[in-house]
Amino acid sequence: MRIAVLVKEVPATDKVKMDEKTGTMIRSGMESELNPLDMYAVEEAVRIKEKFENVHVVAISMGPPQAVNSLKEAISMGCDDGYLMSDKNFAGSDTLATAYALSAAIQKLGNFDLIFTGERATDGETGQVGPSVATQLGIPVVTYVSKIEKISDEFVRVCRSIEGGKETVEVELPALLSVVKEINEPRIPNLAGKIASKSKKVPLLTANDIEVILDKVGLSGSPTRVVKVFYPKLSRDGKIIKVRDLESAVNELVEFMKQKGVI
Amino acid sequence: MLKNEYRGVWTIGEVRNGEISSVSYELLAWGKKLAEKLKVELSSVILGSDIQGELNELFHFGADVVYVVDDENLEHFLPDVHSRIYEALVKEYKPEIIIASATTYGRTIMPMLAAKLGTGLTADCTKLDVDVKERILLQTRPAIGGNVMATIKTPNHRPQMATVRPHAQKALVKDEKKDGKIILKNYPSEFYKSKYRWVSFERDKSVDSPIQESDVVISGGKGLKDGKNFKMLYDLAKKLNGAVGASRAAVDMGWIPYSHQVGLSGKTLSPRFYMAVGISGAVQHIAGMSSSEVIVAINKDPDAAIFKVADFGIVGDALEILPVLIKKLSDEVNEND
Repeated sequence: MRIAVLVKEVPATDKVKMDEKTGTMIRSGMESELNPLDMYAVEEAVRIKEKFENVHVVAISMGPPQAVNSLKEAISMGCDDGYLMSDKNFAGSDTLATAYALSAAIQKLGNFDLIFTGERATDGETGQVGPSVATQLGIPVVTYVSKIEKISDEFVRVCRSIEGGKETVEVELPALLSVVKEINEPRIPNLAGKIASKSKKVPLLTANDIEVILDKVGLSGSPTRVVKVFYPKLSRDGKIIKVRDLESAVNELVEFMKQKGVI
Repeated sequence: MLKNEYRGVWTIGEVRNGEISSVSYELLAWGKKLAEKLKVELSSVILGSDIQGELNELFHFGADVVYVVDDENLEHFLPDVHSRIYEALVKEYKPEIIIASATTYGRTIMPMLAAKLGTGLTADCTKLDVDVKERILLQTRPAIGGNVMATIKTPNHRPQMATVRPHAQKALVKDEKKDGKIILKNYPSEFYKSKYRWVSFERDKSVDSPIQESDVVISGGKGLKDGKNFKMLYDLAKKLNGAVGASRAAVDMGWIPYSHQVGLSGKTLSPRFYMAVGISGAVQHIAGMSSSEVIVAINKDPDAAIFKVADFGIVGDALEILPVLIKKLSDEVNEND
């Protein structure tokens, strides 16, 4: 069985501080990390590899050259190989163009039975790339997967975490599964994993290598355009009271809630 | 592409357990503003099996046209079948704008449909407007954790597609006199071939009131000290018809399931009322709730970041304040009875 995991490198939000005056993020030296929600996808793929024989797990990412670090991290968690799609032609890709490029890489690397993605990336927060990749590949997608119940050669049975409860569905392979945080607890790479990832070569894939139509990637392949970017004023300058007497503090809160129509 | 062939605003209705769900009506409120400005019809699209409830309600809440596909094969959400039908409908009727709710359904079906149609899609918008002259949808959404807002357009492709945050907008005031046109569509059996097989649905009480669908969210964090203190939040939420959320810290402690987590690696919400109890307000948490209409914070630490985004805050011990507040609200409710 061959499994692909699609991962993204994102700004390291844990290290982000907010500029209180402008409400903008201060990114110390633009540190990056493997998208935290992708770690669940990597972990799930590696668990399948550990449970069954002859499973090969390949991590694939599209991004700038430094995104190789995220692929190394995926390898240190147990992925067998990593491929980085990096090319100036990919710059400015929106979700449709990104998904097109990823689907081309998947086809080039070939014959995957399962493809995993995280629920979404913590920077763009769209969650659109997984379903779009699957659709462009012509394979089914199952979103919000919180448990894999059964894997056979022909299908998987999974639970989805959706509004109001859990839905169980079966889907034919090959299929793409986007997983949510509930599915597992990602491992911390051990020393052997770290050593393995250090020596592992992560091949670079260019637009040419994966044979994409250049008009379908990058800005020219992206139907959407950013019109403007602005920083919302987060501070509301609300009324903050200190508790001197519990009753009167709570009364004041209740009055506020009444005035806002909450009660 | 002949952009001018595309006219009208569509909203993707949702059917849950055979009933038209509330997000379907909210979407009409989003769509109404756009349709009026563009002087076009506002439509609702409903896929389901043996759809109960009143299709007329969709007219009362703003729809001019309702497209209905009612087939026993649509009882459950089979993504390939649904996306195939939407694709056929779009190709036949050519709407210029399609909006769906950013629910698990909307966030699955919309990227599939956009990929099939080769058009642009913007996720989780908090504001929509139109450039009337160019007939372009202006889609505003938070990015990088709500610290940046971006306005995005799809200038040359049609339809223009967006998902909008559930409960960021109220349904319109019901107009029972308003009527409309129902277009009933049938598709041949090959449309219903699927690679999916639906197995079961199990209601989960812990997600009984999904935080993304609630007008009122009461969230707890480390300041609650113990998982059992979440009971007070549930009591409070019940009194306010709301749901219970949590900070990542509380989820990591195992006090409450992940489905309740608010923030960058949890859910992003815009309820009408958000109360943060014992939550300090890490950037990641604020990213998930700062667009709420009204925010109240209770925290011991007067310097807690959460107070910056609060409309009203109390500096004090949540464990002392909550019982008094719950009692006070019980008295209020009794008075109103």
